[in-house]
Amino acid sequence: MDLNPSAADRAFRDEVRSFVRASLPASIRDKMLHQKKVSREDTVRWHKILYAHGWGAPSWPVEYGGTGWTAMQRLIFDDECALGGAPRLVPFGHNMVAPVIMKFGNAWQKERFLPRILAMEEFWCQGYSEPGSGSDLASLSTTAVRGQDGDGAHYIVNGQKTWTTLAHWADWIFCLVRTSREGKQQEGISFLLIDMRTPGVTVRPIHNMHDIHHVNEVWLDNVRVPAENLVGEENQGWTYAKYLLGHERSGFAQIGFHKRELQRVKDIARQEMAHGKPLFDDPRFRARIAQLEIRLQALEIMGLKLIWDQEQGKPPGPDASITKIFSTDLVQAIGELALEAAGPYAQPYQPEAQYLDFAGEFAGPPYAAGLAATHFDNHKFTIFAGSNEIQRNIISKMILGL
Amino acid sequence: MDFNFTQEQTLLEDSLRRYLAKSYGLPARRTAIAAPNGYSVEHWQAYADMGVLALNVPEAHGGLAAGPGGNPLDTLVVMRELGRALVVEPLWMSAVVCANAIALGGTDLQQAQLLPELADGSKVFALAALEPGGRYDANHVAATATATAGGFTLAGRKAVVLHGAQADHLIVSARVAGSITDAEGIALFIVDRAAPGLRALDSATVDGLRAAEITLDGVVVPQSALLAGGTGGNTGGAAVLERTIQLAGAALCAEALGIVEALIEATNEYLKTRKQFGVPIGKFQALQHRVADMLVCVEQVRAMAYFAAVKVGLEDAGARRSAIAAARATIAEAGRFVGKHAVQLHGGMGVTDELAVSHYVKRLTMLNQTFGDYEHHLAQYAEGMAA
Repeated sequence: MDLNPSAADRAFRDEVRSFVRASLPASIRDKMLHQKKVSREDTVRWHKILYAHGWGAPSWPVEYGGTGWTAMQRLIFDDECALGGAPRLVPFGHNMVAPVIMKFGNAWQKERFLPRILAMEEFWCQGYSEPGSGSDLASLSTTAVRGQDGDGAHYIVNGQKTWTTLAHWADWIFCLVRTSREGKQQEGISFLLIDMRTPGVTVRPIHNMHDIHHVNEVWLDNVRVPAENLVGEENQGWTYAKYLLGHERSGFAQIGFHKRELQRVKDIARQEMAHGKPLFDDPRFRARIAQLEIRLQALEIMGLKLIWDQEQGKPPGPDASITKIFSTDLVQAIGELALEAAGPYAQPYQPEAQYLDFAGEFAGPPYAAGLAATHFDNHKFTIFAGSNEIQRNIISKMILGL
Repeated sequence: MDFNFTQEQTLLEDSLRRYLAKSYGLPARRTAIAAPNGYSVEHWQAYADMGVLALNVPEAHGGLAAGPGGNPLDTLVVMRELGRALVVEPLWMSAVVCANAIALGGTDLQQAQLLPELADGSKVFALAALEPGGRYDANHVAATATATAGGFTLAGRKAVVLHGAQADHLIVSARVAGSITDAEGIALFIVDRAAPGLRALDSATVDGLRAAEITLDGVVVPQSALLAGGTGGNTGGAAVLERTIQLAGAALCAEALGIVEALIEATNEYLKTRKQFGVPIGKFQALQHRVADMLVCVEQVRAMAYFAAVKVGLEDAGARRSAIAAARATIAEAGRFVGKHAVQLHGGMGVTDELAVSHYVKRLTMLNQTFGDYEHHLAQYAEGMAA
């Protein structure tokens, strides 16, 4: 056994690190490293910088303009971007709808959508969850009825999606819709691509528990969608959705992100004074950080093992559920410890101080200003993309055979 | 042994709960938070009318407490209801923390001057004890009080003073002697918030309260402002401060109890009504076990909130310190479990601003970083633990 990266992978890490250092705009980096709000413009700008460098789609094959990187290279890329303070790549276009279009879409759809996703000319969001259909996604009730008029074949879509991340920034939404009530629930679902500017599409914000607007309700009221926007076959959408979830769940280790956040805890602990000494020198507090760093090491090796399995030709499977549980619990533990490290200064909340250009007076140390927002926002990780309870169901059924 | 509350306590609980249930929902709370001073003056007056602001004021000064050291069990009853309703008015700070500080430290004359106005709600008080760089150590006092002909001049900075910019009077700890973390040489002063040289940088808090960074730049106070401690070598100030913070901590335990009770009720209700896969999600054993674990935690919080309210009256300083540390450590740990899983079991709804769940969790989290967190209390308990 050898856990060391190859010389090629080490060289690749250096290459990515230098690139991020040289190309990531300082204002975006500072927002990420100091827990400030990042705008749509920042996110799109970083995507376009990557695109201009030929790295617009780290997970795509070369034939579609992707990098053709190995799984190991993608992990290194994600790590270095997170450590360097780059915004997380928005997954909905690149990593979610694109693989579905590549595998199940027709030639027109590939040509129409993929280049614009690659160049970040169109921003996507995901229309899966509904108010009555969260963990039980297959029960969804948004309907699409096929019809014909002077302008051709189309669907009329009615219903409501919810928890739609970044719908307020999006140009397009891919939706699971019900096209049949015959047979099993899963057999009447179709996969539709909807232009957010179509009449009848309304986005309403959902405010999270700490002043962050990421998710939305998307209301669909007699929305006319051209039939050519149906991906694959009618009533086969569940198959495509499951294929997509496999892609969604493969990226959960997020090692670089964890490292960056754990470093934040250490940085705070070195600056916070407790009984006349830095908090970092308090053996108990230091041991708490150590506990999380050890868990992170385990997660990193787990992530590498998954990649190695993939390289041996094993398709991504339910193992990703293990990583999801372990990784999302770790995110929360790190955020919680960061908040604890700030002591009494965890309490003040200055909404204006969440922006990089804040020129006012901080109530406490500047590093404390964004900790609560991050900590409370972290609660979503164990809920979204298949709650950790659903992940446990997957593990017990698919791996343990229970 | 007797776990019963008195008839008077039960009546107090009922009337306060009825009032808050009727007039203090989430929309009313949002309105209160948005008000200029961050709370509702109407509710404040209602608490005064119900007598709850007078609970820790000695009878001799128009209050309901037998003497200094307050009325911890009545306070428990009240704080539990405030927790349940997520009250943002400065009742804890003024009528628990400061009432006790004044009753414990003040002369008869000071008590006679200050406490009636505190008890009837016409004046609000806030304790300015912690400092930047001192975390939860109340003996970390770098602020100085220099004796002058007619009194003292105060200089220094006080950290995260809850309701500090809205209070009429601050109780400020400052050092008359000794070095930065000595218990000796700490004195408490009553300072007019509008005094020249006092600056309050006001901000919201994560959990809907207000907090201020207080800068004292040559604030002149008369001799009569000295509340406790003060002469060379006198430890009176630190002792009053410690006991005040213990009474404050016992009250926070009771507030936490109200919160975790509300959280488990809301979660249980959600499990019974939210349907997925054709059944209420409460039918799934995995979730049943989780909420059962939450209940184990709620009962720990209840046990230790009672324990704190009883033991905070102990005369033995060491025993009192251990008891409060034990209670607050338990509440931090068990409360964290209840809060985290209440959110988780509510799914996406749990992380929204719309439901009360997230507001409870924010308050519970911050309450556990007020006057000491889990680590602080664990260390304190360990220090005094028998071999």
